Amino acid sequence: MGIAFYIISALTVCGGLAAVLLKNTVHCALALTVAFAGLALLFLQLDAQFAGFAQILVYIGAVAILVVFAILLTRGSDTPKDGVFSKTWLAGLAIAAAVFSVLGWAVLQAAPWLPHETVAPNVTVNQIGDALMGRYVLPLEIVAVLLTAALVGAVIVAMHEKEGAK
Amino acid sequence: MIATPLAGYLLVAALVFAIGLAGALTRRNAILVLIGIELMLNAANLNLIAFWRYGPHPEAMTGMMFAIFSIAVAAAEAAVGLGLVISIYRHAKTTDLDQINRMKG
Amino acid sequence: MIDRLDQIFVLLKHWLVGYLPGEWQAAAGVVVSVVVIIGLYPALFALTTVLERKGVGRIQNRLGPNRVGPYGILQPMADGIKSLTKEDIVPRSADAVVHFLAPIVLVVTVFMGFAVLPMGRNMVLVDMDAGLLFYFAMGASTELSVFMAGWSSRNKYSLLGAMRAVAQMISYEVALLLSSVVVVMATGSLSLVKIVEAQNHYTWGLPHWYIFTPWGLAGFLMYAIAATAETNRSPFDLPEGESELVAGYHTEYSGFKFALFFLGEYVAMFSISGLGSTLFRGGWSAPLAFLTWVPSWIWFFGKLLVSMCVFIWLRGTLPRLRQDQLMNFAWKFVLPMCLLNLFVVALWRFIGDGWLRWLVCSAILVLAYVGIGWEGMSRKRLGARSYRYAD
Repeated sequence: MGIAFYIISALTVCGGLAAVLLKNTVHCALALTVAFAGLALLFLQLDAQFAGFAQILVYIGAVAILVVFAILLTRGSDTPKDGVFSKTWLAGLAIAAAVFSVLGWAVLQAAPWLPHETVAPNVTVNQIGDALMGRYVLPLEIVAVLLTAALVGAVIVAMHEKEGAK
Repeated sequence: MIATPLAGYLLVAALVFAIGLAGALTRRNAILVLIGIELMLNAANLNLIAFWRYGPHPEAMTGMMFAIFSIAVAAAEAAVGLGLVISIYRHAKTTDLDQINRMKG
Repeated sequence: MIDRLDQIFVLLKHWLVGYLPGEWQAAAGVVVSVVVIIGLYPALFALTTVLERKGVGRIQNRLGPNRVGPYGILQPMADGIKSLTKEDIVPRSADAVVHFLAPIVLVVTVFMGFAVLPMGRNMVLVDMDAGLLFYFAMGASTELSVFMAGWSSRNKYSLLGAMRAVAQMISYEVALLLSSVVVVMATGSLSLVKIVEAQNHYTWGLPHWYIFTPWGLAGFLMYAIAATAETNRSPFDLPEGESELVAGYHTEYSGFKFALFFLGEYVAMFSISGLGSTLFRGGWSAPLAFLTWVPSWIWFFGKLLVSMCVFIWLRGTLPRLRQDQLMNFAWKFVLPMCLLNLFVVALWRFIGDGWLRWLVCSAILVLAYVGIGWEGMSRKRLGARSYRYAD
């Protein structure tokens, strides 16, 4: 396996671990950004350039900032007095470990039969545009409606209650 | 170029998914649960792209399209989820999930 | 001979790289280009600081710095020595790691944007198929460093400045993206090299630059407004105005880290003006058909200089916008105009060649500007003036 893959995977996994383990919530959000960046680099290594740049633009440029704003608006940067892990943390950890072991076992079992690397597909943005307007036009329109609904919904949900409906 | 086998990408995706799941299940703060959910969605995206790349017809772009739509939907879901967290904070004055455990507000 | 002068940097690079064995040449070529970019733009930054201070000074009816060197040209050297030798103060309650990383993240992401700008014929670092998308992805990452700087200082003014800056940058980022999509629709490609090549044709001596079309002019104006707001320049510099918020999100930074923030802001200005030139004003192509003998990189950097002068002029002339005026402007004027511009571009391509499309598109844009401008930006009716005295 390539050295680049090891480095990027290590970065992603460490970012993910830091995002769920750190005490300070804003540090968790910044570690999440590092994990997003690592995943974008993995996408680029898999020759999915459009998906990689879209990941950076949407996740790091918008979702990470959204998370940070929410943390600041809800005073998440103050550490709670009871600790940061809930009372039932052991059960959660056990479930996650069980899920990982099942997935890992499935992958390792199937490893000899997984397909090998084919020649790199030369996907141009032109082709993506044609596909989005041709074959995937219905999902595109539905996602547009979904995003509009989410926008309006988020604004209404987070609006001040005094001005909201009684 | 040294080829990385598909199993490598799938294992990384499984690991990130498990980390996200652990975070969503063990942390108190509601926002950290959402962070865990975002990590899980990202791991699933990585799976999609890896299978697209190593699959029989990468020129059909199905996997990448799926991942792009998944990114869009995840962004919408993060926005609504965080709006809900802010609204709950305004009502319950806390984001500690261990204390928001009653239906009566 | 003209061709050699035009390609002189490319030929220099090939000559330098030719000293290395075959399989290292590609990587060495990239390294040489990166070193040149990292060396060139900070040098331009140094020149721009003195140009700005002299320019703004002259607009304000005073001389700028004129002590160091003839007409103050060596002022950046004095500034550089000062910022390198100042004590680096980190507040005790500040978050040390994030405080240290914020300027680094800013400078790294800002320099990455230069990888896709074509600075001359064949002079682009990486000819990416989705070059414009890469540029905006890097631009979106700079917002995070602004937030990191403001939050890690544990200072209410810094946090407030950072919040305002991030809100402003997110709002105008949408406008920036939409005004660039217009160019993509007209060209049919996200690759900046192809966008410049599509504008490199001449009719009756005049170039096919997109700024000379109605939708291109509207798009360029929206882009210029959004670019001024993205780089936190006056009149959108509320997050860093000295009279408002001390220094906003870089209050607690001193010495070299402050110099890095300053560098990051100016290099972001270069980068975004370079993109504006590439998208709307033809990049490295000459303005008139008989001027194509002048090397392409001279045109690119000339346009960059013109953009810088316009930025400096705006700074010296316009008053600062308030935060709510700024956000109002973004969401109620710039965004509807950009969306309408998309429709106008589609109409432009649909109607096809001829004078009709000029007429229709110009009419729609002018009507929209007048309509949205009057209706959307009308202020409340002001009552009679009343006075309060200090009794």
